[in-house]
Amino acid sequence: MRRYLLRRVGQAVFVLWAAFTLSFLILYLLPGDAVSAKLAGGEAGASMTPEQVAAARAEYGLDSSLPVQYLNRLVAALHGDFGRSVATGDDATHMVVTALPPTLAVTGLALVFAVLFGGGTALLGTFTRFRWLRQALLSLPSLAISLPPFWVGLLLIQFFSFRLRLLPALGTQGFAALLLPAITLALPTGAIIGQVLAKSLATQQEEPYAEIAAAKGASRWRVHFGHLLRNAAVPTLTVAGVVAGNLVAGSVITETVFSRDGVGRITASAVTAQDVPVVQAVIVLAALVFVVLNLVVDLLYPLLDPRIARTPEVARG
Amino acid sequence: MSLLLRARNAAALLTLPVLLTACAAAGTEQAADAGPPKAGGVLRLGISSAPDCLDPQQVATNASINVARQLVDSLTDQDPKTGEIKPWLAEKWESNADSTAFTFHLRSGATFSDGSPVDAAAVKTSFDGIKALSTKAQLGYGYLAAYKGSSVVDPQTVRLDFSAPSAQFLQASSTVSLGVLAPAAFKKTPEQRCQGNGLIGSGPFVFESLKQNQEIVLAKRKGYGWGSSLFKHQGEAYLDKIDYKIVPEPGVRTGSLASGQLDAATDIQPVDEPQFKGNGFSENIRPNPGVVFNLHANTTRGVLADEKVRQAVLKGVDRTEVVNTVLTPNYKAATSILGSATPLVSDLSQQLAYDQKGAAALLDGDGWVPGADGIRTKNGQRLSAAVVFSPVFNQNRSALELIQQQLRKIGFDLKIEQHTTAETTQIQLSGNYDFLWYNVTRADPDILRSQFSTKAGNRSKLTPGNPLDAALDAQSSTVDTAKRKPSADEAQKLIIEHAYAVPVFELTQVVALSSKAHAVDFEASSRLQLFDAWLS
Repeated sequence: MRRYLLRRVGQAVFVLWAAFTLSFLILYLLPGDAVSAKLAGGEAGASMTPEQVAAARAEYGLDSSLPVQYLNRLVAALHGDFGRSVATGDDATHMVVTALPPTLAVTGLALVFAVLFGGGTALLGTFTRFRWLRQALLSLPSLAISLPPFWVGLLLIQFFSFRLRLLPALGTQGFAALLLPAITLALPTGAIIGQVLAKSLATQQEEPYAEIAAAKGASRWRVHFGHLLRNAAVPTLTVAGVVAGNLVAGSVITETVFSRDGVGRITASAVTAQDVPVVQAVIVLAALVFVVLNLVVDLLYPLLDPRIARTPEVARG
Repeated sequence: MSLLLRARNAAALLTLPVLLTACAAAGTEQAADAGPPKAGGVLRLGISSAPDCLDPQQVATNASINVARQLVDSLTDQDPKTGEIKPWLAEKWESNADSTAFTFHLRSGATFSDGSPVDAAAVKTSFDGIKALSTKAQLGYGYLAAYKGSSVVDPQTVRLDFSAPSAQFLQASSTVSLGVLAPAAFKKTPEQRCQGNGLIGSGPFVFESLKQNQEIVLAKRKGYGWGSSLFKHQGEAYLDKIDYKIVPEPGVRTGSLASGQLDAATDIQPVDEPQFKGNGFSENIRPNPGVVFNLHANTTRGVLADEKVRQAVLKGVDRTEVVNTVLTPNYKAATSILGSATPLVSDLSQQLAYDQKGAAALLDGDGWVPGADGIRTKNGQRLSAAVVFSPVFNQNRSALELIQQQLRKIGFDLKIEQHTTAETTQIQLSGNYDFLWYNVTRADPDILRSQFSTKAGNRSKLTPGNPLDAALDAQSSTVDTAKRKPSADEAQKLIIEHAYAVPVFELTQVVALSSKAHAVDFEASSRLQLFDAWLS
């Protein structure tokens, strides 16, 4: 178990380093840089000569060579310092850390909704004896996944906020402001969870053990929600770990539509402005979340199926 | 990104009926007679993008300036109607003959929000501070390019010296970029000031709070009594607070206004404008002064090196059709390279009239022969050029696509190249372009010097010592309007005559107001001035 953990932590460190390095390279390869983006104040009437731009670039340390910039940033990042945002002048780490709570609130609630919606349709769809209900429920995920979240968000706002005036369209104030963005995010995520779970449940229904359990006198209810669900949960959990990470990516859209602050909004504007310090802080943080989520998922497997924990240990002696 | 845009367009189409009914419902609550202005209330104002910085001296985007303008006073103010420079913190001023020294006589009694007086020493500290910010003060840096320093003549008199004629400085002294901050503000770092920490001005509002990407709250300055001579009332501002809400999605911004979650919203998109015609809402509109949206030609590249070709493009663009098709009647077709709200603008609408036949005749005479696909060629060279743009204004792509169709009719192939703002800056600095598509806001004709002079931006890549340079230098050497006018006229005429740039339309600010909000006005640079704004 200790070796297993050590290996997982080693992988996590590698993923973080790779995320940092790749984001640096990609942003460096793009034409232009943060200073160019900041100086593109055309609408406002700023116009700089090439000499002035060079001076500004030097001020932000963008004039040194690629390896020097990379090493400087990497060493600082190891100390938790990602530098200052060129666009806002704020500390990049501080920006991301303050943007995290509103994003986590929405994505957390969205994950709950997604599990309820995906799990509910899959369980009911595979359990029911009514053919039409089964078909209706099992086609819901494909419908939900084909709706663009941007459009869903706008429709929800139009209806619940502008017409019925039940929920706020803007901001992060209170629980009410969480509902619409969480539903928007939950639909595609729930759809994936639902599809995988329904498929696994259907496969498990064909397995001999299901018939044996029924023959031994277990109720249909107990077979479905006890035996089948437990086995179908393993692939679903794997997928849930991945889509939970995608929720953060999805927040770029919901946070824009719902005028919320958060990691998504910061990322979108930082990428447009080629604000390397902020983008790197976000990416390393996102990678960290991803790695931790997957570690949690991996640690949950043995609880569902004890064979998973034993197999690698036995194989290695 | 284009997928996202497409999704938004689809959403807009589908949600439009819902919105219209929502408006109709709101419209039934008829606006009662507003009556005389009254004090109190919080103005909830929807803006489209998050200000990247709140320090008036460092800001460069319209979103930032709309917030920062309320925090500081300037030495002077500019009349939006006449372009004249009027007293604000300075009661009067004089400049020397070649516009290299300006002396300002300050009014008495004005204080910063930390209680310190607005005196000559404070003004000196503030201007030296802007100069020290260097490139961080993007706009101020340009205005003070030739600034040598200032001297305190007496507590109420300050003199600023320049190393070169700087007629534009008088207008610049009215802008938010040269707004005066208290000496204490410079004890904070530029980054801290950007976040609102140490923003101590003498303006009618003070900074209260900032929630990143969410909202900015300003509160009324108690005891304010040194407003600009152009303000409609004197004393304190009417509003208790201004709550700027950052709402990036245009549909949500207009919907929030229509459903009463906002009192006013800026950056109303052309497609959303009809919602606010009548039915209890009102619009406040002002075209931006400065350089209009234009195709700025690089005269050293490809077919654009040929003046006849540039002139044909100038004639081949139907500005009225652009305004009628992709914009709204609130927008104006260009009548010069400068917007109609710019002081000393000339009326060159005759030269800018759509003339398809004239364009074709010019190209025929120049030896350009229509090819099989309708595009002309000459000695194997296709009549084709690319335009570089970034989507800073929503309608940019639609406008360029229409211009592309219009130019096709004269046998000119316009290629459209979209880039990020960072890339366009890079391309512009490298000189690697045929046409640049952009606009610049400034309420002074000197803006032409920064874009066209061979000693400044030189976006047309002209050779030093050309007649345009002389005209641009002449207009920058005197603040005397009567003397300045002929050279400013000459500069505009030369630009159109040689088609160094092809003006198309004027960027316009459209603010929509609910029946509660009044006098959400624009200053001379078409940025919000909220001192006289009030709520009923």
